[in-house]
Amino acid sequence: MSIDWTAYPARDQYDELVGPGGGARAAGRALMRYLSDLDKEEIGVRQQAAELAIKEMGITFTVYHEQDGSIDRAWPLDIIPRTIARKEWVRIEAGLKQRVAALNRFIDDVYHDQRIVAAGVFPASIIATSRNYRPMCVGIRPPRGCWAHICGSDIVRGKDGTVYVLEDNLRVPSGVSYMIENRQVVKRVFPELFESAAILPVDDYPSQLYDMLVALAPRQDRRPEVVVLTPGIFNSAYFEHAYLARQMGCELVEGRDLAVLDDDCVYMRTIRGWTRIDVIYRRIDDDFLDPTVFRPESTLGVSGLMRAWAKGNVALANAPGAGVADDKLVYTYVPDMIRFYLDEAPILPNVRSWRCSEPDELDHVLAHLDSLVVKPVDGSGGYGMLMGPAASQRERTHFATQLKANPRNYIAQPVISLSTVPTFVGDRIEPRHVDLRPFILSAAKTFVTTGGLTRVALRQGSLVVNSSQGGGSKDTWIVDTEA
Amino acid sequence: MLARVAENVYWLARYLERAENTARLVSVNTNLLLDLPAGYTPGWQPLIDITGSRETFDPRGGRADERSIVQFLIADPDNPGSIASSLKMASENARSLRDVLPTATWELLNQFFQQFAEQLPTALSKRTRFNFLKRIVLTSQMLTGAIEGTMNRNDAYTFLMLGRNLERADMTSRIADVRSAQLPPTETPELRPFDTIQWMSVLKSLSGYQMYWLSRRTRISRADVLGFVLRDEQFPRACLFCLKQIERCLRALPHSAKVLDTLAIVFGFLSDVELGALEQIVLHDIIDLLQLHINGVHAEIAKTYFPAPVNASTMRQLQQPDTSRALSV
Repeated sequence: MSIDWTAYPARDQYDELVGPGGGARAAGRALMRYLSDLDKEEIGVRQQAAELAIKEMGITFTVYHEQDGSIDRAWPLDIIPRTIARKEWVRIEAGLKQRVAALNRFIDDVYHDQRIVAAGVFPASIIATSRNYRPMCVGIRPPRGCWAHICGSDIVRGKDGTVYVLEDNLRVPSGVSYMIENRQVVKRVFPELFESAAILPVDDYPSQLYDMLVALAPRQDRRPEVVVLTPGIFNSAYFEHAYLARQMGCELVEGRDLAVLDDDCVYMRTIRGWTRIDVIYRRIDDDFLDPTVFRPESTLGVSGLMRAWAKGNVALANAPGAGVADDKLVYTYVPDMIRFYLDEAPILPNVRSWRCSEPDELDHVLAHLDSLVVKPVDGSGGYGMLMGPAASQRERTHFATQLKANPRNYIAQPVISLSTVPTFVGDRIEPRHVDLRPFILSAAKTFVTTGGLTRVALRQGSLVVNSSQGGGSKDTWIVDTEA
Repeated sequence: MLARVAENVYWLARYLERAENTARLVSVNTNLLLDLPAGYTPGWQPLIDITGSRETFDPRGGRADERSIVQFLIADPDNPGSIASSLKMASENARSLRDVLPTATWELLNQFFQQFAEQLPTALSKRTRFNFLKRIVLTSQMLTGAIEGTMNRNDAYTFLMLGRNLERADMTSRIADVRSAQLPPTETPELRPFDTIQWMSVLKSLSGYQMYWLSRRTRISRADVLGFVLRDEQFPRACLFCLKQIERCLRALPHSAKVLDTLAIVFGFLSDVELGALEQIVLHDIIDLLQLHINGVHAEIAKTYFPAPVNASTMRQLQQPDTSRALSV
């Protein structure tokens, strides 16, 4: 039996594939035609083939359990892709570039003249209270004045079709490897579609990343030694660290492989002796980078690394201190930053946000807890937040106490009814909510991934897309509808 | 190449080789017992000695029958030498080697580990055991082939070869030692038929029966079999052959002078031994010494190329999850 699209409930929210009239949106026409020719069993067979391929290719992510320790789970992929028209994507891409340019200007400003504070656009108190502000970065000029070389911004689409930026991840954003692997798997499963539809490729990310990292090397007279620094195989994103190192042909190192020697340069221990390193793509948070500067008990990092970096003997991506902008309270100022630094109007809007640090707005939030989402400013992975409408009165009261005790730590936003994409659930196709995480690379030039990682909330009605909390993923197709 | 990665590659190869050799041993022993009359049979105990697991097995005080020994050698997670443990350690090493091994090889490895876990229940029944073990040996050979056919001859390859050949030399010497211990040492013109079968099983454990005939073109004899498995330079599972491979690997590596010195002692030792004339008790001591020498080569490799052992506090931190908080996939 083939899929009955008229029974697909696309009317309650914005669906990325099915338009208001029940037909496919322009970018998804070829896809829907193809899916309509398959019956449910055939789609099921393809879903199974995809799951088998993921197992064989060893695409995993690691979840931590109190009882069982680290467990490798197969990466959850729903085979029905999420489609976006190229024309729309061009605008989103421009918006992301604009945003990251402003963020980089902001971070550099924070560690130098703080012009934005002097101009009265951004309060000094936020910098002073930011958990990821690093006083030792003041006055340092990293290569090309760039701090956030790799940024993963989460974007969502609301009911009326507007695309918003939900947050900017400027510390160690992950997920890009799954974007590339999802495409590999879906190509295996739907080869016919890639022959006929104009789907833009995604797989040049590793070479773009490599070029960006090379551009940061302090020694430009030789082939620079670039490494990926991982906390180790127990980290939830280890798969990705290994994947990127492999794709770039770089060494994947751990802190214990490295040392800063007397010349204040960073070296790795090889079977031939010590080899100097020029660029470190670090997937370790600031706190763990250098036990002589940050947490003294950390063995994941390298003693003296900050000294080597400050002297310009090694480049770190992202630069230490870049996380100051990875604060949801700072996020609320990004449109102001764009106007201040670039003198441009923001292309992509923020989600309407209330700053709990400001007494008026805190009052509003407290009065509307039942309709708002309240998020900790430095949280990630969907942890520590209050989903107002879904929470009980008790939970809201409890949360309000925390909120009043530490208002600087929270912002609030309306619940966005995220757009949906048809998703294979059991033996049916149902709408499920999605977001999108594109990745933006900045050094000499700026590069945005073609699409990004689409994450999908697999539970009906759920808005939580994090894979650590039962979310899945989809391949993301930027389709050239004019080709 | 990173010292830590060199060590991981080396141990990956050793664990895989160990799993394959143990599978061969169990398989050949199962067949051997079918050929020997009751009362003559050496049973399963020798396999405990060959794998050097007497110290793990005996204190348990369990039965030493076929079922428990086969279970111990194949599936026991608490026996560090079991196939299950070897493959588990191999997979732990392989996890950190995704960026080093050719992708197809890594995927094959990954499949190997998954299939082993799925099919483990068939290992214990005599009827399905043969196929189970055969698949382990075949997959291991496939891996060797995939590596041979697709991997750069780089440092990682060299350390794979080092690990594989060292483990193999070690295991071959053990097989020669324990099996010959059950056989009459004196050369009589006519070996008793069951003795011949046992000497054949030594060769078969190493897939060397046919190669022995091709190389020696003579009937089975103690001196010839021992000479073949210990000192042949053409048979790839013979001790000397493996040690020559190790020598070649070391010559391709930097700072190898001291390891090569250690190896030279083993060569001298092997060539001086008069195998045919040895009393069994002397042979046993000789092979013991040979194993000590091989272990010495391992120790020198580790000292020269591998990082210093990690202390406990570092290990604890490495095992803590998500020390970087922004991993929000």
